[in-house]
Amino acid sequence: MAARPDSEALIVGAGPVGLFSVFELGMAGVAARVADILPRAGGQCVELYPDKPIYDIPAIPEISGGALAERLLAQAAPFDPQFHFNEAAQTLSGDVENGFVVGFASGLEVAAKVVVVAAGGGLIAPKKPPLKELPAFEDKSVFFAVRDPELFNGQRIVVVGGGDSALDWAIELAPQAASLTLLHRREEFRAAAASVAKMRAMVEAGAMDFRLGQIRGLKGENGRLDAVVAAHGGETFEIAADACLMFFGLAGRIGPIADWGLKMKGPLIEVDTAAFETSRPGVFAIGDVCTYPGKLKLILSGFHEAALMARKAVRYVRPGEHHRFEHSTSSAILHEKLRR
Amino acid sequence: MVKIIFIDPQEVRHEVEAEEGMTVMEAAVQHMVPGIDADCGGACACATCHVYVAPEWAEKIAGILERSETEEDMLDFAFDVRENSRLSCQIKVEAAMDGLTVRVPEQQG
Repeated sequence: MAARPDSEALIVGAGPVGLFSVFELGMAGVAARVADILPRAGGQCVELYPDKPIYDIPAIPEISGGALAERLLAQAAPFDPQFHFNEAAQTLSGDVENGFVVGFASGLEVAAKVVVVAAGGGLIAPKKPPLKELPAFEDKSVFFAVRDPELFNGQRIVVVGGGDSALDWAIELAPQAASLTLLHRREEFRAAAASVAKMRAMVEAGAMDFRLGQIRGLKGENGRLDAVVAAHGGETFEIAADACLMFFGLAGRIGPIADWGLKMKGPLIEVDTAAFETSRPGVFAIGDVCTYPGKLKLILSGFHEAALMARKAVRYVRPGEHHRFEHSTSSAILHEKLRR
Repeated sequence: MVKIIFIDPQEVRHEVEAEEGMTVMEAAVQHMVPGIDADCGGACACATCHVYVAPEWAEKIAGILERSETEEDMLDFAFDVRENSRLSCQIKVEAAMDGLTVRVPEQQG
C-alpha cells in the first residue's frame, strides 16, 4: 500500500475560499493539501459560472469566475499546495491532539493536523430530474455524462437539454447513432452560437431530430430503455430510444460531511466568528458551507474567514511556538517563497 | 414586513416575513424553507430556487411572470418548467406582494 500522504492542513474544497486558504495558511507557515471532488480547481466559479462577471471582489471592478480562480491559484502557488482532484471526502476520524484522517470515496486517506472544510455548496454533481423510475435506468441506459462515446454506436439516442453539453454531445454522437433526437423545452438554446447553427443544419439535413418538450418519464424493463416520455403544451408523446443522455447542469449538496459530527444548522456547519472553528476543535469551516449570525455567502467573506482560521490553525500545528502576525508586504515567509 | 407563503410538495405551508427589496429566495433561505436550495446564492446561475407563482398572484401583480433572458436560460436547468415558473432569486419583494403564494417543486436538482 502506498504511504498515506500527510499534511499540516487538509483543505476540503478547491473553490476560491479553499485556494485562498492555501495562501493564508502559507503566510502563517502551515503547509496545505487541497482535495476536491471536481477534476480541477475553482469550484462553483469554474463549474457553474466561468464566464459570469463578479463585481464585488475588493480592488477588482470586474472579473470572471474562471479568471478569479486562475489568479487565486497563482497567488497560492508560492506555497506549493498539493492537490487531490476527483476525490470525494467521506469520513473524518481522529482529533486535534492525535491528528485527523480524512477518508475519500476512492480509498485515499490523508492525515492532517487540522482540517479546513471549504466545501461551498457541497458536492457538485449533475442535476437529475425527479423521475421515480430513474434509478432503474441510471448508468445502464440513462446517463448524465459521457465516458465512452463508442457505447452509443448504432443506438437510438435521446439527448435532453439546451446547453453546450447537450448540443456538443448531440452533434458528436448523431453520425454514429441509429437515430438521435434532441429534446429541449424551447426553441432557444443557451449554447455557443456555432453549436446551435451546426445543430440546426444537422436537423435540416435529417442527421438528427429536434423535439420541443420536457421529460416526463422513462419506459423500459430491467434497466433497458424503450422510450423516453415527454410533454409539450399539454400533449404527451414518446420517443423510441435505447439510450438517453440528460444535461440539466450541476447542483451542490453537502453529502457525507454532514455526518462528521460537526454541529450543523440545516445543511450548513456552525462556526464561531473568532476563528471559524466548528464544534470539533481543529476542524474549521469557511466560505459558503459555514454559518454564523450575520453570515453572508460572499467570496470576500470567505477570504476573511480564511485569514482568521489560519491564525488559529497555526497554533494547533505548532503549539509550542510564538506566532507573530505579519503583513504580506513585510512577511519573511512570503518573501522567501516568492524569491524561489 | 411582507408575508410570503411557500407551499412545499407535501402541501405544507411555510409563512415567512420578508423585507421589501430582498428577493423571495433570500426570504426562503433566511427562514430555511425546505426545497429552496439556492446553490449559487442569488447569481441566477443554478436554477435551484425554482418556484411556481400561484395563479391568483400572477393576475394580481403585473409582470410577476416576466422572466429575463438569463432567467429563461437558467430555467433550462430546472425540471417541469411551466408558464408560472420563476427563479425566486429574481423576484424582488414589494409591498404589494403581501401574502404572495408560491409552490416549491418536487425537486430542485
